[in-house]
Amino acid sequence: MALQSSMRWRYLKEGFFFGLVRLSAFVITAALGGLLFYIFFNGLGAISWGFLTLPPTDSMTKGGIMPAILGTVYLTLGAIAIALPLGITSAIYLTEYARQGPLVRVIRIGVNCLAGVPSIVFGLFGLGLFVVFLQFGSCILSGALTLGILILPTIIGASEEALKGVPQTFREASLALGVSKWQTIYRIVLPSAMPGILTGSILGIGRAAGETAPIMFTAAAFFTAKLPSSIFDEVMALPFHIYVLATAGTHIEATRPIQFGTVLVLVGLVLVVDLVAIIIRSTIRKRKRW
Amino acid sequence: MEDNRVIKTKDVNFYYGKFRALTDISMDFEKNRVTALIGPSGCGKSTLLRLLNRMNDLIDGTRVEGEVLFEGKNIYDPEVDPVEIRRRIGMVFQKPNPFPKSIFSNITYGPRLAGLSDRVELEALAEQSLKQAVLWDEVKDILGQSAMMLSGGQQQRLCIARALAMKPDVLLMDEPTSALDPISTAKIEELIQDLKRQYTIIIVTHNMQQAARISDKTGFFYIGKLIEYSATEKIFTRPDVKQTEDYITGRFG
Repeated sequence: MALQSSMRWRYLKEGFFFGLVRLSAFVITAALGGLLFYIFFNGLGAISWGFLTLPPTDSMTKGGIMPAILGTVYLTLGAIAIALPLGITSAIYLTEYARQGPLVRVIRIGVNCLAGVPSIVFGLFGLGLFVVFLQFGSCILSGALTLGILILPTIIGASEEALKGVPQTFREASLALGVSKWQTIYRIVLPSAMPGILTGSILGIGRAAGETAPIMFTAAAFFTAKLPSSIFDEVMALPFHIYVLATAGTHIEATRPIQFGTVLVLVGLVLVVDLVAIIIRSTIRKRKRW
Repeated sequence: MEDNRVIKTKDVNFYYGKFRALTDISMDFEKNRVTALIGPSGCGKSTLLRLLNRMNDLIDGTRVEGEVLFEGKNIYDPEVDPVEIRRRIGMVFQKPNPFPKSIFSNITYGPRLAGLSDRVELEALAEQSLKQAVLWDEVKDILGQSAMMLSGGQQQRLCIARALAMKPDVLLMDEPTSALDPISTAKIEELIQDLKRQYTIIIVTHNMQQAARISDKTGFFYIGKLIEYSATEKIFTRPDVKQTEDYITGRFG
């Protein structure tokens, strides 16, 4: 009798905790869905061909956001161009070449710490180093460098994981054929790790596209209808544009639809990038068999 | 007089950190012979095999004492390039490890990186190597397909063909049949018999019948020491050392 009641109590507890788990999964999904729906619902009205292809007009209360879209694309591409080679080579050094010891451990801790630094700190660092000290001024180059450093830990982390995931037997097979270490890395290890490196990196890219604080002092213009002609030009950027319209504009209430439209474009951009990552990963996973 | 001993080890000690894995190994390996290394797990036979083409270099914190002479030259001399050594001393591993590339690319990978670029020569080399490994008839029409599609036994013969394509002098085999079924095993054993006419083969095996069937000389290892080393026939019929006898008769505790 006592046994039976204790069993019932166990089932009750189990049911309760499973319910809790289910509930939290549901809450997260609902929150995400609600957020996306809210943005979509409020922003869709603002989207038109003109909105995507024209510069803002009338003190940014009318017109489009094309310069900001373009600016974000430039900044993000610049950040990738800087962070991807640097991140991949660092990861190769850490996993393939460096003797595993205290030095490598210190570097790894450093990289992880970098990942936890608030993005505004990166913004101030970029302002101090690139804008002021190196005298690049507020421009695409400074912004891309700052964003590049911001996403570097993500890319190093993803690359390290991907490199570690390449079976040791591949390296051994290649080296045993009298192939040098560098050629082994270049011909066997890197191609096998590439899908992992790319997916991890693309997720970092999504983050770079959405950050406001790092570009606030280093690249983003309050308003410029002129499109950039070199990497030393200031640009508008989607996240900063939203920030400006929502807090510093002269017609905050009147520009709500434009604000939501811009948010929708930014979210759409990031989702597309993430989607690409997911597609790359799943197609390569199907091809890979080890 | 012509020296028939291709590889000689002289008082070799090997350490993983502080752990001594091999103790005073002095051993000669003869040309065009199959030499088997046997012994219980952890006895150091695989470690010794991997010393012969410097594969242990890959493991941090290892140390070698003594000399490993290949054609009279110590391969652990500082000026010796391990890459060069591995070109001449090939290796086949316990688990088949083809690259995730086509069958053709698997074979031509090594030669290509060694500088061979002529397509016709590469094709001839691929055919020759695959024939040597008795795989040609099975794969000649699917050379462009992924090597991962092949069965385990085929993959292992592909790995042998891949090693042969580098035209090595010595072929090291680390339990090459332990992951294979009996039919594939028989095929590879037969292959080893054929290959010894051209190559010097050193094979680590857990399977004592295999050592008895295919090798000319056998070395028995126990806890990092070479206990007994002589003609296979002698080892398996009238070994000198009691430990050897206990091991090959399965009375090992």
